[in-house]
Amino acid sequence: MGNLFKIAIRNLLRYKRRTLLTASLITVGVVFVLVFISVSGSFKNMMIGQITDSMIGHMQVHRKGYVASIENLPLNLNLKAGAIARLENILDKQPEIVAYSPRIKFGGMFSNFVETTNIRLNGIYPDKELKSVPLLTSRVIEGKKILDKGGIWIPALLAKGMKVKVGDTIVVVATNKDGSVNGKQFIVAGVLESATGPGGRDGYIHIDDAGEVLRMEGMEISEVAIRLKDFGKLNAFSKKLDGLLSKELNQQDKPIFELHTWEKLSPFYNIARMIDVMTFFVKLMLIAIVLISIMNVMIMAVYERIREIGTIAAIGTLPGKILNMFVIEGFCLGIVGAVIGNIVGIVVILMLNMLKISFNFGQQTGLILYANVNPYDLVVISVTVIIVSIIASLQPAFKASRMEPIKALRHV
Amino acid sequence: MSLIKAENIKKDYQVGELIITALDRVSFEIAPASFVSFVGPSGSGKTTLLNLIGCLDKPTKGTLKVAGADVASLDRKESAAFRGTNIGFIFQDFNLIPVLTVYENIEYPLLMVQNTPAVEREKRVMALLEAVGMIEQKDKYPDQISGGQKQRVAIARALVTNPKLVLADEPTANLDHKTAYMVIELMKKMRDEFRTTFIFSTHDQKIVGEAEIIFTLEDGNLLDRHLEGGKQNG
Ligand SMILES: Nc1ncnc2c1ncn2[C@@H]1O[C@H](COP(=O)(O)OP(=O)(O)OP(=O)(O)O)[C@@H](O)[C@H]1O
Ligand SMILES: [Mg+2]
Repeated sequence: MGNLFKIAIRNLLRYKRRTLLTASLITVGVVFVLVFISVSGSFKNMMIGQITDSMIGHMQVHRKGYVASIENLPLNLNLKAGAIARLENILDKQPEIVAYSPRIKFGGMFSNFVETTNIRLNGIYPDKELKSVPLLTSRVIEGKKILDKGGIWIPALLAKGMKVKVGDTIVVVATNKDGSVNGKQFIVAGVLESATGPGGRDGYIHIDDAGEVLRMEGMEISEVAIRLKDFGKLNAFSKKLDGLLSKELNQQDKPIFELHTWEKLSPFYNIARMIDVMTFFVKLMLIAIVLISIMNVMIMAVYERIREIGTIAAIGTLPGKILNMFVIEGFCLGIVGAVIGNIVGIVVILMLNMLKISFNFGQQTGLILYANVNPYDLVVISVTVIIVSIIASLQPAFKASRMEPIKALRHV
Repeated sequence: MSLIKAENIKKDYQVGELIITALDRVSFEIAPASFVSFVGPSGSGKTTLLNLIGCLDKPTKGTLKVAGADVASLDRKESAAFRGTNIGFIFQDFNLIPVLTVYENIEYPLLMVQNTPAVEREKRVMALLEAVGMIEQKDKYPDQISGGQKQRVAIARALVTNPKLVLADEPTANLDHKTAYMVIELMKKMRDEFRTTFIFSTHDQKIVGEAEIIFTLEDGNLLDRHLEGGKQNG
C-alpha cells in the first residue's frame, strides 16, 4: 500500500504544473465553500439568536388552538390556573430547560391623553422574562432596564409617533373577556428598539398590571416562552416535551397544550432555510468542481501512461493493483486540495473576522459579523472532497486496469 | 521435459472484414535453460509468437504449453499471475517505469507482483544489480542513464523473480552494435548463472549468431532450425 502511495505521489510530481493547477482549483473551491458556510452560518445563527433571545424564546407552549389565531390575541384561549399548574409541574422537571416565562398577551388602546392608537402588550414576570429572553434588556434604548409594577416599556416607533418620553404618564385601555372596557395609567419606564418578526413591536408591562387591566379573577396566561440550556438540542427536546404535553388531556380527552419551536413562530425561519438551501447548492458546486477536475486529470494521466500500464500489466501486475494505483493518485490530489483548502479557508475566515465587517438586520444596526469555523464543517467538506476524488478517479482507473497489455504496449 | 511445447499453432487477426493469418502450423519445443532466437523479416510473426509464449495473447488454433500451463485456458487474472511468477519480459524500448529509480525498477516485480518480504527483496535486487553491473547507478532514474544501461536494468528486472523463462522482443533494436552485443552477452551470462531460458527475436544477423538455437519465421511459418556450436542444453 505504501508503495502505491509512493508511485502515485511521484507521478503527481511528474506533472507538477498540472497537479498544481488541479490542486489549486480544488483549494479555491474548498476555500469558497468554507468561507460561505461559515459566514452564512454565522449570520444565520446570529439572526436566530436575536430572534429567540430577544422575544420568542426557543420554544413556546400555548393552549391548544392559540397559535392558529395568534394575530387577534384571543383572551378566551388563555390557560387557566389548573392548566398552568400542570404545565409548570412538567417544565420544572426538565433539566434541559434553563428558564421559562409565562406571559399574558392582549391588544388594547394606548393614549397619551391627546391621541390614541393600538398597542399589543405582554404581561410578564420581569425576572422570569429576562432569564428566558436575555437580550430583551438590550433592546431598551431609553429609560430603565428594569420593569416595575406600574411601568410600561413601549416600542420605539410608538414613542416617536405618539411623542411620549420616558417618565410620561399614559393610559392603556383594553377590552376584557366579558366585553367590558377597563383602563389603567402607566408611567413610561423604557423605550424598546423594534425587532423583526412577530412580537417585535409589542409593549411590556408587569403581569399583575395586566391582570388588573383585564380584570382577571384568577391567574391566566396566554403563552409560556422556554429557554433551553443547549439550543442545539432544540429538536430532540421539543419531541420529548411534545410527548409529555400531549399526555395532558382535558375533560373531553383532548390535549390541553400545544408546543411550537421558534421555527414555527417566526417567518425568519424561511430565510434560515433559504440560507441552508444556498449552502447546499454551493456544496454541490464544489462537488462538481472536484469531480470534473480530478476526472479530467486522471483521464489524461491514464492516456499518457498507456505504455507504462502495458508494461506493468505484462510483468504481471494484477488489474486490481493497477486500479488502486490510479485511484490513490486521485485520492492524493483530493487530499492535497482539501488540506490546503482548509488551511487557506481558515486563514481567510480569521482575516474576515479581523476586518470586523458590520451589517444591519431589520431595525438592528451595526451587528458585527463573526464567522465561526465549525470543525464539523471542516470534516464534512474534507471527507466530501476526498470521496468525490476517489469516485472521479474510478472510471479512468478502471479503464487502465482493463487494458490489454499487448494493445497498451503497441500504443505510441 | 520441454519448457515450451507448441503444436500446430495458428494465430489470426481480424481487421475489419479482413482476417490476417500471422502464424500458421507452427510447432516447436524448447528445453529449459536454452538460449533461443526467433529471426525473420518484418511482419513474419515474431512478435505475435512471443506474445503467445508470454501469455499476453491466445492462439486461434493449436495448443501451446508453457511451463506446464495451457496458455489458452488461462483467464485474464490467471494469466497475469502466471506471467508474474514464470515469465520475465525485456522490451525493445526498455519500458522502465520513469518515476522509479534503477533499484526500485528492479524491485518492482518482487514488491508489486510477488509480495516478497523486505529482506529477501533487498538480497535479490542487490544480487541482480551486481550481476548486471549497475550497482553504482542504483539510485538514478531511467532518464539519467544510457540505453544500454536501461536494457541492463530491464534484464535485471526480468530476472529478479527467478522466472523459468525470459522473453525479449527485439531487445537490441534501439542499441548500437557494440552495446547490443554486450546486452546479448549479458543475457547469456545470466542464463549460465540462473539457468533461465532466454528467447529473443531479432533482425540483426550478428546478434543472431549469438543464439544457440535459431528458429526462422517467414510469413507466419517456421522454416527450419539451426543448432549453433552444439552448446544446446537439456
Ligand atoms: N494487432 C494486430 N492486428 C492485426 N494484424 C496484426 C496485429 N499484430 C500483428 N499483425 C499482423 O500480423 C503479422 C505478423 O506481425 P508481427 O508483429 O508478429 O511481425 P514481426 O515479425 O514482429 O515484425 P517486425 O519485425 O516488424 O516487428 C503482420 O502481417 C502484422 O501486420
Ligand atoms: Mg515485432
